[in-house]
Amino acid sequence: MLLEINPLALPDIGLLFWNIVAFIVLFFVLKKMAWKPILKAIKTREDGIDEALSKAEKVKAEMAQLANENEALLQKAREERAVLIRDAKEQSDKMIAEAKEKAKSEYDRIVADAQVAINQQKNAALTDVKNQVGALVIEISEKILKRELNNKAEQENYIKQLAEEVKLN
Amino acid sequence: MAFRSTKSLLVLSFSILTMLFSNNLLAQDSTQNNTTTTTEAHEEEFNVTETILGHIRDDHSWHLCGHTSLPLPVILYTDKGIECFSSSNLMDEHHHQKAFQGKYYTYQSFKGKIKVINEDGSINDQLTANVWDFSITKNVAALFISMAILILVFVTVANTYKKRGITSAPKGLQSFMEPIIFFVRDEVAKPNIGHHYAKYMPFILTIFFIILINNYLGMIPFFPGGSNVSGNIAFTLALAIIVFIVVNIKGNKSYWEHIFWMPGMNIGMKLFLAPIEVIGVLARPISLTIRLFANVTAGHILVLSLICLIFIFKTVFASAISVPFAVFIGLIESLVAFLQAYIFALLAAMYIGMAIEEHHPKGDHDPHYNE
Repeated sequence: MLLEINPLALPDIGLLFWNIVAFIVLFFVLKKMAWKPILKAIKTREDGIDEALSKAEKVKAEMAQLANENEALLQKAREERAVLIRDAKEQSDKMIAEAKEKAKSEYDRIVADAQVAINQQKNAALTDVKNQVGALVIEISEKILKRELNNKAEQENYIKQLAEEVKLN
Repeated sequence: MAFRSTKSLLVLSFSILTMLFSNNLLAQDSTQNNTTTTTEAHEEEFNVTETILGHIRDDHSWHLCGHTSLPLPVILYTDKGIECFSSSNLMDEHHHQKAFQGKYYTYQSFKGKIKVINEDGSINDQLTANVWDFSITKNVAALFISMAILILVFVTVANTYKKRGITSAPKGLQSFMEPIIFFVRDEVAKPNIGHHYAKYMPFILTIFFIILINNYLGMIPFFPGGSNVSGNIAFTLALAIIVFIVVNIKGNKSYWEHIFWMPGMNIGMKLFLAPIEVIGVLARPISLTIRLFANVTAGHILVLSLICLIFIFKTVFASAISVPFAVFIGLIESLVAFLQAYIFALLAAMYIGMAIEEHHPKGDHDPHYNE
């Protein structure tokens, strides 16, 4: 048999026995005293690291969200400010326009009133002038009629004199 | 993968060649010895094969240096009862084997094997077959030492976790071992065993580290190294048997179904595949055994052969070539030491993964021939 010839390839029963016994003993001793605690510790640490990493990731996301929110808030505030400014401007423009409008209408009214008053006074003055001219004509006609119309030159002087006397005041 | 298998094939063929070659020499040698022992040759002829094999094989005493050896207990289970004595009884003061009169028989060690001898000094094969050798040999002692080292190291590491807390960064021995444990977990166990890998982690880790430490201890030429534990076929066979038992105990219904009654095939194919699958299952422990044994032994044989060149040429200048080459082979050996531990653990994990894999009814039907 080949195994019988080869001294190296022939497993010794005693050695085999001791090897199996030794391995089994070693396995149980190491399992209980070394592998269990080591593997447990490694696992716990890895879990811890994983947890820390995921937590960090979560916090990062939260931070990003917070920043986003801040940005949004700021944006909103800016928009609000713009709206406010625009409103205020509109308001002021409106007020100015109204005031202008009002002033213009007042002015128109005053001008119209003044015109009416002027017209009235003018009419009154004209009526007065008319009356006075009428009265003057009548007076002069009276005086002319009272005098004798003999002398033509005298007449004309007289008319001149009268006319000079008439003062259109 | 292809490279690796080619390499291990080369190593295997080389080691087989060496062994066959050495046997021829051995046979010649023993016949020569029989004739020369009577004439008492003081000037011993340097025998390369014997020297190399003496360094590689197991022994009953642990040779330390010169003429000092560490005696180890010899335990023999004979048909008349158990016999225990010190291995120093089997050696005279000149470090030669001598006969020892035990309780039941007379024993003598021949090339590391204890044989029962007759009164005239010849080997009694019939009685030897009845004697079972359960001695604490050099390899067993070295195995115990490696066990002690492993337990010491990993209990220390485990205690460091307790002492320093799990959140702090690893330190010292702990930081040296942790990446290796991570490597075994992430590269060996997780991808091959699958979902239930955590349950098998202690097993894979134990296999990996006992092979690793014995590979490295085997490379140290002096005590407590110097023994060829992981290059001994009994050691690799023991591990392979344990893996085989674990795999087949843990094998689920679908694993056995895929061996004996391949689903998704017609009946002829099923009958055809069953014996092939059975052979495949049985071939796995054999391949595990031989791969590790051959790789480690081949490395040792190479280094020893290179060193022996100095004695063959009988000139110190041969060391100019043989020492650098031996260093180079030693470097390769230290790579192989890690690689083989990794491969053994990887294959063990793969076999377990295959055995506990849950197949979906209409899923993967490939027969998983893997060797």
